[in-house]
Amino acid sequence: MVTIPFSHGLLLAAALFLLGVICVLTRRNIIFMLLGLEIMLNAAGLAFVVAGARWGQPDGQIMFLIVLAMAAAEVSVGLALVLEWYHRMHSLDVDQASRLRG
Amino acid sequence: MIQLLWLIPALPLAGFVILALGGARLSRRAAAWIGVGSVGISALLTLALAVAFLRGLPAIPAHIRQVWTWFDVAGLNIGVSFYLDALALTMMAVITGVGFLIHLYSVGYMAHDDGFSRFFAYMNLFVGAMLILVMADNLMLLYLGWEGVGACSYLLIGFWYRDPANGYAARKAFVVTRVGDTAMAVALFLLFDRLGSLQIQELMQRAGAQWGVGTILPTVVALLLLGGAVGKSAQLPLQTWLPDAMAGPTPVSALIHAATMVTAGFYLIARTHLIFELSPLAMSIVAIVGAATLLLAGFSGLCQTDIKRVLAYSTVSQIGYMFLALGVGAWAAATFHFMIHAFFKALLFLAAGAVIHALSGEQDLFKMGGLRRELPLVYLVFLAGAASLSAIPLVTAGFYSKDMIIWEVFASNRGGTLLWAAALAGALLTSIYTFRMFFLCFEGPLRTPVAHKPGWNMSLPLAVLAVLSLVAGFLEIPHSFGGGVQIFSHFIQSALPATQLLPARESNEILCQLASAAAALGGLGLVWWLMLRSPQAGAALTRQPLAMKLSRFWLNGWGFDWLYGLLFERPYIFLAQINRADIVDGCFTLLARFGLALNALAGAAQTGRVRTYAAGLTVGAAAIIAWVVWL
Repeated sequence: MVTIPFSHGLLLAAALFLLGVICVLTRRNIIFMLLGLEIMLNAAGLAFVVAGARWGQPDGQIMFLIVLAMAAAEVSVGLALVLEWYHRMHSLDVDQASRLRG
Repeated sequence: MIQLLWLIPALPLAGFVILALGGARLSRRAAAWIGVGSVGISALLTLALAVAFLRGLPAIPAHIRQVWTWFDVAGLNIGVSFYLDALALTMMAVITGVGFLIHLYSVGYMAHDDGFSRFFAYMNLFVGAMLILVMADNLMLLYLGWEGVGACSYLLIGFWYRDPANGYAARKAFVVTRVGDTAMAVALFLLFDRLGSLQIQELMQRAGAQWGVGTILPTVVALLLLGGAVGKSAQLPLQTWLPDAMAGPTPVSALIHAATMVTAGFYLIARTHLIFELSPLAMSIVAIVGAATLLLAGFSGLCQTDIKRVLAYSTVSQIGYMFLALGVGAWAAATFHFMIHAFFKALLFLAAGAVIHALSGEQDLFKMGGLRRELPLVYLVFLAGAASLSAIPLVTAGFYSKDMIIWEVFASNRGGTLLWAAALAGALLTSIYTFRMFFLCFEGPLRTPVAHKPGWNMSLPLAVLAVLSLVAGFLEIPHSFGGGVQIFSHFIQSALPATQLLPARESNEILCQLASAAAALGGLGLVWWLMLRSPQAGAALTRQPLAMKLSRFWLNGWGFDWLYGLLFERPYIFLAQINRADIVDGCFTLLARFGLALNALAGAAQTGRVRTYAAGLTVGAAAIIAWVVWL
């Protein structure tokens, strides 16, 4: 069995995380921002799994399950907020919501 | 009996509290009973106390009663404690006795005023504060009373506060006396710093033991105390407030600005006389201030057209006599004149009040006249008061007290011929301005119809004071009148030293008395001749250009108001205008501007866009990680 080197796994996680960040920062559609957040969470989960494999410990996979559960909870709250927000703003553009400008 | 000492000031203060809390809820009847009754009971208590005190003489010349401790901080123990000696008792008798008569008179005088209970509340507070002033055993408590009477004076001068002129007069009185009070406060600090006590008797002992005669410290302290005294007693150079203080109701002028408060300066000097005796320079200055004031005020009194202002200037002038007597060490004579002056000046103010009341508020002498037949009682008592003020010989009390001063100024070892000449000229002036006022008011044709006649509660105090103004002088009859009577000076010498007379001059007493009698009668005769006998001569005299100029100058009180306006008011207003933008406040405005700029800077970061915040978070997190990893 060919093992994937540790650094490759981490690089993949980092690349995923960066793509997620870019998605959050550049997309104006709030649904895509949430998708970006999910990608970042999964990148972090992947880093946990890779690290767990590196040290031969199950903790990394347990942490991934926790991240998954947390992401599910977060997305349910987030989508509920998005729905409510859409009813008010009639738009999915986050830049419309700037009433807290100083 | 002496145990009840504290009740004497406590009763008027209690009256003040009831009247102030009750306010307009009290009926006029109740307010009058509380206001007059509290002072009346105090007067009766003072009488009983005087009997007990006289029984103790000469074995016990003074009593001290500590009521409670006011405060006790860092070695400074100030008690609410009262000191009773002959001087304090004389003051108390005048304050409560004359005060009671004036309160009684006010019931009639103020009967139709809206602020009836407010008036009696202030008057009671004044009597309480004045009693604390004269009974205080330490200078701190004395200062409390001193400021208390100042505040009451302010409140009562501005009693009819709807007229801005009255408020201005009240503020003027307050600010001018404050100048003197500041000097007095500095004297208190100095005394406490140097002698470590504020207890009057202890201070006097320590001053006598530690300070030499004619050294610098007692002179400085005495001059600072004199500063306080001239402010309160309206002496040169702080005399300008008293004529304007006549804006208050007439009973206030009688009680505060004639009989009691304005003599507080005399009391302060008499109370601290040992410090003054340590400084011959300060004594001479007291005498010179007194002599100059009595002349200046006498000339100003000649030309006033307002009846109350004539009386105000005459008060300044008579207190000048008291200061002159203090300055030459004639302590008993000054105290005697204080008492007699309280009688006749209160009488004159109250009688003038009856005239003003009768003429529905008219105060201009030239609109009065012919009141002799209309108000016979007021005419008679006014005549008694005027005769006493002018010191008409033998029959009036004013003669005995003023003559005692003039004689002792001549014969005292601190006196002199020049001071004596000033006092004598003052006596002539007094007689002239008094009878000018009297003739203008009561002789000639009737110029304003009489609206009200005084009721019993106004007539009774007038009659009592008129009798006192005539007979009180028999307490003290000079040696030259067949040995004389010295009841008063023996009494007061249990508290104050006797006058040191020059033996060489003692034989001249009768000549001196003839001179002062001639001055008084000469003034009366001159006015009678110029105003009644041949009015053409009088009118011709007043039409002289020089006389008209002098008259305008004296009418305005020697231009002191103008001078102080030029020296103090105008520069102050000028500086205030420069500082209109408030330079000091500018520093704080700058600080506020800086805060606002920071706010704008921080506010700019808050775009309200969630993506900006996310970018900020990302960059920040990356920076922290980079810092942790590479540094």
